[in-house]
Amino acid sequence: MSVITSERMLRTNPLRRLLVRPETGAVAGAIAVWIFFAIVAGGSGFLTSRGVSSYLSVSAELAIQAIPVALLMIGGEFDLSIGSTVGATGMIIAILSTQFGWNIWASIVVALIFAVLVGMLNGYLVIRTGLPSFIVTLGTAYILLGATTGITSIVTNGLTVVNGIDQAPGYSSAHAIFATALGGGQQFPIEILWALALVALATWLLLGTSFGNWIFGVGGDAHAARNIGVPVTRVKILLFIGTAVCSCLLAIILDVKFTNADVLRGQGNEFYAIVAAVVGGVLLTGGYGSAIGAMFGALVFGIVEEGIVFAGVNAEWYKAVIGLILLLAVLLNSYVRKLAMEARR
Amino acid sequence: MNTQTLPLLEVQDVSKYFGSVIALKDISMKVYAGEVMCLLGDNGAGKSTLIKILSGVHRPSEGQYLFEGKEVHFTSPRDALNVGIATVFQDLAMIPLMGISRNFFLGSEPTKGWGPFRRFDVQHANHVTREELSRMGVQVRDTGQPVGTLSGGERQSVAIARAVYFGAKVLILDEPTAALGVKEAGIVLRYIAQARSRGLGVIFITHNPHHAYPIGDYLTLLNRGRSLGTFAKSEISREELTGMMAGGEALEELSHELAEFARTDEKAAATLTEVAREFGAEAEGLHVEQLPAKFTKSEQQYADQLPPTDGEGKR
Repeated sequence: MSVITSERMLRTNPLRRLLVRPETGAVAGAIAVWIFFAIVAGGSGFLTSRGVSSYLSVSAELAIQAIPVALLMIGGEFDLSIGSTVGATGMIIAILSTQFGWNIWASIVVALIFAVLVGMLNGYLVIRTGLPSFIVTLGTAYILLGATTGITSIVTNGLTVVNGIDQAPGYSSAHAIFATALGGGQQFPIEILWALALVALATWLLLGTSFGNWIFGVGGDAHAARNIGVPVTRVKILLFIGTAVCSCLLAIILDVKFTNADVLRGQGNEFYAIVAAVVGGVLLTGGYGSAIGAMFGALVFGIVEEGIVFAGVNAEWYKAVIGLILLLAVLLNSYVRKLAMEARR
Repeated sequence: MNTQTLPLLEVQDVSKYFGSVIALKDISMKVYAGEVMCLLGDNGAGKSTLIKILSGVHRPSEGQYLFEGKEVHFTSPRDALNVGIATVFQDLAMIPLMGISRNFFLGSEPTKGWGPFRRFDVQHANHVTREELSRMGVQVRDTGQPVGTLSGGERQSVAIARAVYFGAKVLILDEPTAALGVKEAGIVLRYIAQARSRGLGVIFITHNPHHAYPIGDYLTLLNRGRSLGTFAKSEISREELTGMMAGGEALEELSHELAEFARTDEKAAATLTEVAREFGAEAEGLHVEQLPAKFTKSEQQYADQLPPTDGEGKR
């Protein structure tokens, strides 16, 4: 039996192989916006440790949600309820800790359980109804937001912000884990470490485990994956639980950091997380992307948002820039994917 | 050739009804190890229903299904897979954007380590994929190459190699050559020969007698849910096979009808010219013996475009 060797196998261009990695675009983008603001705002504090801390902090808070959203999107689904989940779980912690005098750790456990249930509900509804997750989770997002606002209002007699979390028992240990600053002089909030730990965990899951292989499979072609024996339902529900639990983690961090909870906290994050994931090379149609890319997508976001402030321009301009970067990223992604499909020819 | 006493897979008088529709009636066939059984039939002949029964998707309404001599009742494709009946469906169950080895092991990943540190053994997966593909005669340099960059024939080879690796004793291939060019189809036929020489029983479904004849040891013909019989290759010539497949009379009848329209109806003539052009023929000189074999496959499709045949007023 002769061996068939395709002529296409003979050449591989290392540069091209680097180019088709999902995160390459986001890394390049992060470097580009960093250089831009280093020049424009370098004199006004962007390069100081305060400047670095500010954009790393913004980026980390976004990354904590963008990373699980990237996994979910690679698995072929969206979650628009993550913003409302931050508000809801944050308020659960605040109300239990301040109105009912619970230990903050106990209320954190309740909030986490609630987040798991939200994730399961999202996943179950998407699988059972067969409707696009975009719509299903938009529904749960409004249900969560409305119910959170309503219940908070009843419990607190009309408030939408609950203060005084620092008075709750257990606050100091929670502060040490979720909101302390590292590097002396209140410089680098610990949430940066949380984000880094999360990206390491997500990357290991995605590339190093069977579950990661299933994520790519269900996102690439759920029908084919099911035929070959992948438990599609379980994978998708677990991914929805992941986005909800990470949203709860962000809510815990922000509650402890600001010592209050706001029913509107997290609103808009659902889209920022998608933007970060897409800038990070995650394909909107699923089946392709990386957690590292999502982290760099969040970094681009943070650098632009804070860089504009340091540049002395009206901060609202950052949304225009982010919109522009998103469009460029989508164009770049579709080009890179084309390259990926041709790369080894 | 059937010197072995026990067939790997056997169905006896299997029938399948969907409500009042008879999809299959009294089909019997046997597949031995190291043999290729070709299942031939035109569209609607019942090929799909039969493979769905064999692969565990459907259960037969009547009749017996034996695997290695014992009666089996599968409730899902997974059951069939577990005893060693692997089906490569037309969509191949492959994810285009994923690498070859990740596709190869999707759903059955090799792991190392224990507990929470159990991880996907990528090196082992790459090694096995490379090994198995080279046993099929395919060399890949990069097992991380997305499957979407492979040609149709290469994708088939990966799917077949996967089925073989995961312990298939019987390999069911659902029209593996249907969407392929001539050269690619030839390559897939070679993979089938490879699988046979490794002692698998192969059931090869096709509607193309030119693909079935060179590779099949036995040929079973289906027509309208019934078996026209099973023939050893020595018992039937390629021409006879093609004739039975094409349903010669029906084709001749259609040819007369088409000629009639060509004379009398401009619109029909235009359609006919289009049809003819697609098959590389000239409308004027159209004769049945010039029609390529695949014409029959499309007859229904084009018949729909033609005006009704009954009304005289139209002419």
